[in-house]
Amino acid sequence: MNLVRARVRRPWRLAAEASALLIAVVVAFPLYWMVLSAFKPAGEIESTAPRPWTLEPSLDSFRRVFGQQEFGRYFLNSLLVAGTVVVASALIAFLAATAVTRFRFRFRTTLLIMFLVAQMVPVEALTIPLFFLMRDFGQLNTLGSLILPHIAFSLPFAIWMLRGFVKAVPEALEEAAYIDGASRARFLWQILFPLVFPGLVATSVFSFISTWNDFLFAKSFIISDTSQSTLPMALLVFYKPDDPDWGGVMAASTVMTIPVLVFFVLVQRRLVSGLGGAVKD
Amino acid sequence: MTGVTKSLTGAVRGAVGVRRGASRPRGGSRTSNTAPRPTGGAVGTPWLYLAPALVVLGGLLVYPVYQLGLISFLEYTQAQVSGGEPTTFQGLGNYAELFGDGEFWRVLLATVVFAAACVVSTLAVGCALAVLLTRVRAVPRLALMLAALGAWATPAVTGSTVWLLLFDPDFGPVNRMLGLGDHSWTYGRLSAFALVLLEVVWCSFPFVMVTVYAGIRAVPAEVLEAAALDGASQWRIWRSVLAPMLRPILVVVTIQSVIWDFKVFTQIYVMTNGGGIAGQNLVLNVYAYQKAFASSEYSLGSAIGVVMLLILLAVTLVYLRLLRRQGEEL
Repeated sequence: MNLVRARVRRPWRLAAEASALLIAVVVAFPLYWMVLSAFKPAGEIESTAPRPWTLEPSLDSFRRVFGQQEFGRYFLNSLLVAGTVVVASALIAFLAATAVTRFRFRFRTTLLIMFLVAQMVPVEALTIPLFFLMRDFGQLNTLGSLILPHIAFSLPFAIWMLRGFVKAVPEALEEAAYIDGASRARFLWQILFPLVFPGLVATSVFSFISTWNDFLFAKSFIISDTSQSTLPMALLVFYKPDDPDWGGVMAASTVMTIPVLVFFVLVQRRLVSGLGGAVKD
Repeated sequence: MTGVTKSLTGAVRGAVGVRRGASRPRGGSRTSNTAPRPTGGAVGTPWLYLAPALVVLGGLLVYPVYQLGLISFLEYTQAQVSGGEPTTFQGLGNYAELFGDGEFWRVLLATVVFAAACVVSTLAVGCALAVLLTRVRAVPRLALMLAALGAWATPAVTGSTVWLLLFDPDFGPVNRMLGLGDHSWTYGRLSAFALVLLEVVWCSFPFVMVTVYAGIRAVPAEVLEAAALDGASQWRIWRSVLAPMLRPILVVVTIQSVIWDFKVFTQIYVMTNGGGIAGQNLVLNVYAYQKAFASSEYSLGSAIGVVMLLILLAVTLVYLRLLRRQGEEL
């Protein structure tokens, strides 16, 4: 790699670096504009000569967002749904991944292929039957109607991804644990689980994002009880196609994006002290 | 940053390696990891571990799929849902109605073309930037990585509204910069699709970029050095050395992109306000939703869902074949 890189002549590398920086600016621009618009005073955001800065940052839009309706409640709802899904699907997927990786049994391969196929099922196509299922169990308008399907839809991908991590834990470690008299449960939770934890964190990025972002289920299953709404629905309260309150929309968007960014940063720190060091002898 | 990259490499490698193993059923060479447990005897243990997953998947995935198919064969509208009228079996009636409707074919075509454009653009941008990342020093690399992670982390709903504001005819900076006056991007069919495409590419290229970048970094340096010493050009190295080694990863990101982009819902729904003027920007997913929940034609909506399911099932079969072939080659 180094040698290849050394062959790239200097002006080319500078050009590459300049374009990388330029692209970074372009990619980051929508996010910058979102935060900027959230802080712009009302008159400035609805100006036909938009400026990429503001001289009078104001918190008005944020005040409006948190003042109108029960925004804090929606935030907590979203957090509760995403948190439950992440924890539950991680635990269930960990057990399943252990089963298909460290045991051999009949139908193992069949199951694996079924998990793969399940991963492809378009979740959105199942909205209709899930709607009737939730109605029959009286789960419409409850957070449970969001939590349960998301656990199910996170599982196949999580199991696939975790397999690699479970497999990476050496066989010798397991044998040593049994020789030392550890029970199967003890090995599972006190040895395997901590070792696979970084992998669990990596998979939970995906389940967290898909749950946090969910719009379709929230729109379809939470139909009358708005106190059970989640953030995407709350955001759209400010977005009326004819006359959107851009300040409110951008402030709500900023509030909704921040937890995901925080999660990314946390996860990244967690991963650095990850598997690599723990498993190597 | 390296943490994310590293974990993804691990995961991708794990997934690919493992899938390869899975496609070679019992006959294949057993790795030591899958040898029988020393304690032995516990035939039920794996099923015990699998039980929670199977219960959840059975109840919330398999059963709904069955229900979806069932509803698509019934007469199921508002009258049956809340009016208490008996449901009647329609056979293929709903499908006949759907396939006889010109709008369905128009939406299906739009969905396929739109998804294909999204996948190609996402892959092109993602791969190009992954290669670019390997050519630059730490600071520009970190800048691009951070920007990409930001785009990745942005929820679809907020991404959609932000892009709408950027391209807003009255208050958006883009029209102003391009000097387009009050040109409306969501008015025309193609330009509305193009706007959604931009947003979709923006939020999905980071996954491709980070994964492919991680894959390139995992290629042993000696291999590249050997190729370079033998006088291979950059293009030749990419084509004949990197591309074949990256193929498993490219297959994974391609299939993932196909699956994601084929069922884009939020962006279309929010950015074109539920499917565009007179439904010009409908894709299958939004179409099914509108049929079911806006016009209460649950059986037609379900039939559309079944069509989507079958198309993605076909993609999955292609995927499995590709994996199997790789398993035999590698």
